[in-house]
Amino acid sequence: GLLELEETLVIQQRGVRVYDGEEKVRFDSGVLLLSTHRLIWRDQKNHECCIAIPLSQIVFIEEQAAGIGKSAKIVVHLHPASSNKEPGPFQSSKYSYIKLSFKEHGQIEFYRRLSEEITQRRWENVPGAQTMQVNKSPQAGRVRAVGIVGIERKLEEKRKETDKNISEAFEDLSKLMDKAKEMVELSKSIANKIKEKQGDITEDETVRFKSYLLSMGIANPVTRETYGSGTHYHMQLAKQLAGILQTPLEERGGIMSLTEVYCLVNRARGLELLSPEDLVNACKMLESLKLPLRLRIFDSGVMVIELQSHNEEEMVASALETVSEKGSLTADEFAKLVGMSVLLAKERLLLAEKMGHLCRDDSVEGLRFYPNLFMTQS
Amino acid sequence: MHRRGVGAGAIAKKKLAEAKYKERGTVLAEDQLAQMSKQLDMFKTNLEEFASKHKQEIRKNPQFRVQFQNMCATIGVDPLASGKGFWSEMLGVGDFYYELGVQIIEVCLALKHRNGGLITLEELHQQVLKGRGKFAQDVSQDDLLRAIKKLKVLGNGFGIIPVGGTYLIQSVPAELNMDHTVVLQLAEKKGYVTVSEIKSSLKWETERAKQVLEHLLKEGMAWLDTQAAGDPQYWLPALFTELYSQEITPEEAKEAIP
Repeated sequence: GLLELEETLVIQQRGVRVYDGEEKVRFDSGVLLLSTHRLIWRDQKNHECCIAIPLSQIVFIEEQAAGIGKSAKIVVHLHPASSNKEPGPFQSSKYSYIKLSFKEHGQIEFYRRLSEEITQRRWENVPGAQTMQVNKSPQAGRVRAVGIVGIERKLEEKRKETDKNISEAFEDLSKLMDKAKEMVELSKSIANKIKEKQGDITEDETVRFKSYLLSMGIANPVTRETYGSGTHYHMQLAKQLAGILQTPLEERGGIMSLTEVYCLVNRARGLELLSPEDLVNACKMLESLKLPLRLRIFDSGVMVIELQSHNEEEMVASALETVSEKGSLTADEFAKLVGMSVLLAKERLLLAEKMGHLCRDDSVEGLRFYPNLFMTQS
Repeated sequence: MHRRGVGAGAIAKKKLAEAKYKERGTVLAEDQLAQMSKQLDMFKTNLEEFASKHKQEIRKNPQFRVQFQNMCATIGVDPLASGKGFWSEMLGVGDFYYELGVQIIEVCLALKHRNGGLITLEELHQQVLKGRGKFAQDVSQDDLLRAIKKLKVLGNGFGIIPVGGTYLIQSVPAELNMDHTVVLQLAEKKGYVTVSEIKSSLKWETERAKQVLEHLLKEGMAWLDTQAAGDPQYWLPALFTELYSQEITPEEAKEAIP
């Protein structure tokens, strides 16, 4: 298993078993090595036992996810062995593929690297790299199996078609971008006119203009925001959100971070997801539309949605009780006790501190909050 | 002599002129908006045509996505600004990135207790791929970075910190200034850093180095190893997996194989 001069080791992984197609063989526990030229397997117990395949022999590879009691696997489909191949551990096989089972994980990274090496074909860069063989190690290989030829052909066809598609796609993309650029120029010229007129454009026209910008994804040249209140879409969205979020908010003590909301809403939608900016823009309109939720931004920059009925300052009072009972609490501890996310727990404690009810002990062991005795015992 | 412009008559005339000018102004804007509306419809048709031929390319080909994004940026268009935008609606490019955003948030949340909210782009990539499963579309690191840039607006502290040729992704609202960033970059090589290393590499005083390291400890982004020989070592859990699945150099390979 010595490496050739130009051959470089890329990655290795212990605990790999080799299967001949679907069947277990005696290569049950070894180190799998990937080089720029070959895939090598070496028995963990007997280092003399070593098998290798040139990467050029690989047609394509597939992943097989792990299951209950089964390790994740990589399936390696092979070309039929060439006639001048040195003798290997098997004379023939009814399979045209082997499987590599990763009993100690590492399959994801290995698959990624193997894909890269197969794509990059670095073994072709080296002249005279055709003869890959080294003294002692027998080479694994497979005698011609039937299905393999058909697979090869299909892959070749697919590759050609893909290449053709891509160049056409790039051409069409360029043309499309030229047209998009015209739209950008037009919007700039309109924006300039608006600036000149200074408010001689009606409210309705402003709304229309903003919605055109939204469709194209053009930043508003007048205000420089890519978002901002005032499009009908965001207004509708705000109303929808009020409906969707009522129950989840009640279930979570009346308050949720915006990232939680983003995940919740988009997971529920499945398709036609909201962009983060859509969500923020819609939430900014909640209060003005007199909906039962509102957007709140803490000093730290953390953004939350609260029920109108939720009063964070009141929650601070109960937080103070909890902290007093325990003597002192970190954000983690408080979060666990109350059943909140650590992010929001921290914000509540910080607010309590801001209001003078708690004070902090900031050390390398963490940030801990105590009832503010300076206040109560003066 | 008859002075021009004075008198009630002159004033009335001026007002009339102003009113006419305003009228014309509004008409001008209306014209241009109508023109934009028409051109928008045409563009939408072009985009639909493009989508019918090449929508799959965007979904399946990370290289194509990079090209697409770069071209949009060049002309001043953000295809990910809104799910209601044409790009999103017709090319489905929005759904791809917004869903990725959800997956990124979930992975970061799940690992936060371990790494304090700092994770390498590599590890994030691996974990996201794991979560997406076997049949999901291929996702590149470039895709992740674009999705993360969009997530910043949610106020959860998402940030991208360049370190040693790759990036650390921050997902908590912890304040990390230039000093912190520079120390993270220093620590990236070995996964840990000591006070003396900071002092010799960056020419800082002890106090400054200690402050930065203590801040990282407090945030849970660094762990302290006082049992190391010599200086106490400050390790970054975010860099642990990177150390384990490192590429093997030819020198190491020669030693590894008999």
